[in-house]
Amino acid sequence: MSAATVPSCDEVEVGTELPGRSFVLRRSDLVRYAGASGDFNVIHWNEQVARSVGLPDVIAHGMFTMALAVRVVTDWVGDPGRVVEYGVRFTRPVPVPDDDDGATVEVSGAVAALLDDGRVRVDLTATWAGQKVLGRAQAVVQL
Amino acid sequence: MPIDPSFEGRTYPPSEPYEVGLEKIREFADALGDDNPAYRDREAARAMGHPDVIAPPTFPFVLTFRASRALIEDPELGIDYSRVVHGEQRFAHTRPVRAGDSLTVTVTLEKVRSAGGHDMLTSRSDVTTVAGEHVVTAWSTLVVRGDDS
Repeated sequence: MSAATVPSCDEVEVGTELPGRSFVLRRSDLVRYAGASGDFNVIHWNEQVARSVGLPDVIAHGMFTMALAVRVVTDWVGDPGRVVEYGVRFTRPVPVPDDDDGATVEVSGAVAALLDDGRVRVDLTATWAGQKVLGRAQAVVQL
Repeated sequence: MPIDPSFEGRTYPPSEPYEVGLEKIREFADALGDDNPAYRDREAARAMGHPDVIAPPTFPFVLTFRASRALIEDPELGIDYSRVVHGEQRFAHTRPVRAGDSLTVTVTLEKVRSAGGHDMLTSRSDVTTVAGEHVVTAWSTLVVRGDDS
């Protein structure tokens, strides 16, 4: 993961697919993310409260899913400082059961536009149980 | 009670400086299960052209989430936080956040709209160093669910 591995603009075109990844989220991961991020909202760790407000189960922090999805981009470019813009819509929660299997989020990405100054836009797709959990997930990357 | 659109443009005083530490960045990267050396190793980060270890692209939310309490708890807006859902999030970086930064956040209520019985508030958080260098701007759209949902 040195700077030398950054893909060159010449090798990239609209439609170039980035290596996809899957992430397994377990309750312990949510607790850890809560501590690291400072977001201790109870719906991310207390099943009783989550269900009382109409959720199917404890749900992952949207920001956690957002952070995992961009990993497809940062692993591709090596230097995460090259992500200059990143935005998502949170369209569906990711329920995380209290078991060893957890929830699996699949992320794929492809170059969607070539921009000026060696920048490209990557569109990301993140799914759980076959359904999209992020909408309009786009990152602008400096190659 | 819909939120009054006349509050658009309201800006809150800059937050107290947040000191970004190397161990905090490592802790955050650990929570993501991300072993990218840019988040952990000074030499690796320097080899990529950064003066110090950098933080993951969504790390600024740690600061902006904290600073946005000024808006969420603004009595004049009267937001019921138990009805708030995070709808959208976006970051535009001038440069990555890095270890050693001392950062302040200025929160502005950029947009208020109502749709389908819900209020949607977009806040803009401008993150700068205490010396005034722009680092990143974050936009968060919060959906305040109406009474019937």
